[in-house]
Amino acid sequence: MKLRLALSGLLLSLLSVGADAALSIQITKGVDNPVPIAIVPFSWQGDGVLSEDIAQIVMNDLEQVGEFRALSRSNMLSMPSEQREVYYRDWRILAQDYLLIGKINRAPNSQLVQVQYEFFDINREMKLSGEILTGSVTQLRDIAHTISNVVFEQVTGIPGAFNSQILYIVGEGEGPDNTTFRLERSDYDGARAQVLLESREPIMSPSWSPDGRDVAYVSFETDLPRIYIQNIASGERRQITNYPNINSSPVFSPDGTKLAMVLSKDGSPDIYVQDLLNNQLMRVTSHPAIDTEPSWTPDGRSIVFMSDRTGQPQIYQMALGANDYDVERLTYDCFQCAKAKFLPDGVNLVHVRRETRQNPTYHIAILNIETLRVINLTDTSLDESPTLAPNGSMIMYATKFNGRGVLDAVSIDGRVKFRLPSTQGDVREPSWSPLLN
Amino acid sequence: MQSKQIIKTGMLVIALSALVACKSSSDVEEAAAPASSSSSSASSSAAPSAPALSQEEIRAQNALRQTVFYFDFDIAEFKAEDRNTLTYHARDLAANPNKRIRLEGHADERGTREYNLALGERRANGILNYMVVNGASRSQIEVVSYGEERPAQTGQNEQAYARNRRVEVVAR
Repeated sequence: MKLRLALSGLLLSLLSVGADAALSIQITKGVDNPVPIAIVPFSWQGDGVLSEDIAQIVMNDLEQVGEFRALSRSNMLSMPSEQREVYYRDWRILAQDYLLIGKINRAPNSQLVQVQYEFFDINREMKLSGEILTGSVTQLRDIAHTISNVVFEQVTGIPGAFNSQILYIVGEGEGPDNTTFRLERSDYDGARAQVLLESREPIMSPSWSPDGRDVAYVSFETDLPRIYIQNIASGERRQITNYPNINSSPVFSPDGTKLAMVLSKDGSPDIYVQDLLNNQLMRVTSHPAIDTEPSWTPDGRSIVFMSDRTGQPQIYQMALGANDYDVERLTYDCFQCAKAKFLPDGVNLVHVRRETRQNPTYHIAILNIETLRVINLTDTSLDESPTLAPNGSMIMYATKFNGRGVLDAVSIDGRVKFRLPSTQGDVREPSWSPLLN
Repeated sequence: MQSKQIIKTGMLVIALSALVACKSSSDVEEAAAPASSSSSSASSSAAPSAPALSQEEIRAQNALRQTVFYFDFDIAEFKAEDRNTLTYHARDLAANPNKRIRLEGHADERGTREYNLALGERRANGILNYMVVNGASRSQIEVVSYGEERPAQTGQNEQAYARNRRVEVVAR
């Protein structure tokens, strides 16, 4: 396989692109009865001003997933930073259920900082958790997200995913020949955006390796769509495919050893699986219609894909190594169903859905393949590219707002929504990372 | 077998008319005769007839100037009204074996991106196959689909969508 490591007209960069200019979150729909929580500004005992406000980051984290409502700082009767300063009464009369406090110190004889946090249940008057986290000043945001994870899990019983990241594509510029395409990575909330790849030719379909170290994507940098895998930390990349015609939709298997993909080298787009260890290519589907958008079942034994073999896109499933007539059709009740992936339960199928021929609107929906119940999660009209948070709590997807591509997220019960508005360009094709350490 | 025969005859006609097209306009009359006589035996509708040749050249030139072909929503077949124009493109390739083109398929933004990538290819392949049947060589034509990634016009309206569902013929 031919390696292409450096190409003219192509910019590899791991530098930040000014996170403020990129994305910032806005809550568009919250739950009716959010949990009241007081998050006191963390005290700082060192010199100067810290670059990050930990309490504010935790507050943003918890509010944007919709389950919480944070108390305004101006309404606080006291601002404790450690347990002995806490008077439960101060918080009970403000009708708060939970309290988070903390303080930040310079670690002895080092450039590192120590963040001590403590988390309390006001009604039961007890401390639920607390620890000291150590890191550099540039890691304050990571430490804040870690604290958010602890609080979220204590209250909801679900692990938090606030340390997770997203990949997405940005298209900027007007006209087909004047657009710059970027593959970017940021925190799940859009902060700390970095450019991983920039090109004058389209970039598509980013997806994470299960260990969170690599990204597979499609780049047209050679004038043709070809699949690449790039190490996120080092920027090192290699071209994985160079077959004739379409090479697209790369998706890592759950164990990370294989890459499902779409190739049209034999006439029409079909699903293939390439072994990343020995480069062996296995054909999964062979049908003259379009087969595309592969995803893996949670057990890694089958591929879910979209095919228009009956005339319109519908969702099918096929075990690896099965014959083409052993394909199982999963959707029947939509005009078009596409881009499907199972939740970890292997029963609920997230997909893009267009109900009728008459109404060309596309929503994100979940189909339970046992009960056949369908839950529509979105009400905008051009929703696509759903991707699941690593804790299974939310789905991020691409849609249009004021004529521009934006990323939205919705909880899997549909109750909570937030949006990452972009100030520049079309943002699309989000891919949510696995849990990162 | 029979269809192959027809294609062969058609290609002979095309080859002859290509020869005609290569001649300068000064000996048009002279060259036109064999082309028209052989075309009378084949059922090719687009074969030139003798007196209309210079007009035919103009028609060919005009046809070659059209390099963007638009498609209906969710439809992969090119429009019937483009058939003649595409025939001229195919003949031009047949007449100029060194010429190389790229067929760039595009879709509007409705529907998922990867499906649109496949739809763009299906549209371009439809034109590719038509051109090959009409005399172009497969090796002269490269197909690439951009799906919905390179819209000719942005915007969520039917006018933009109609302009984006297209195949572009690009000289290489």
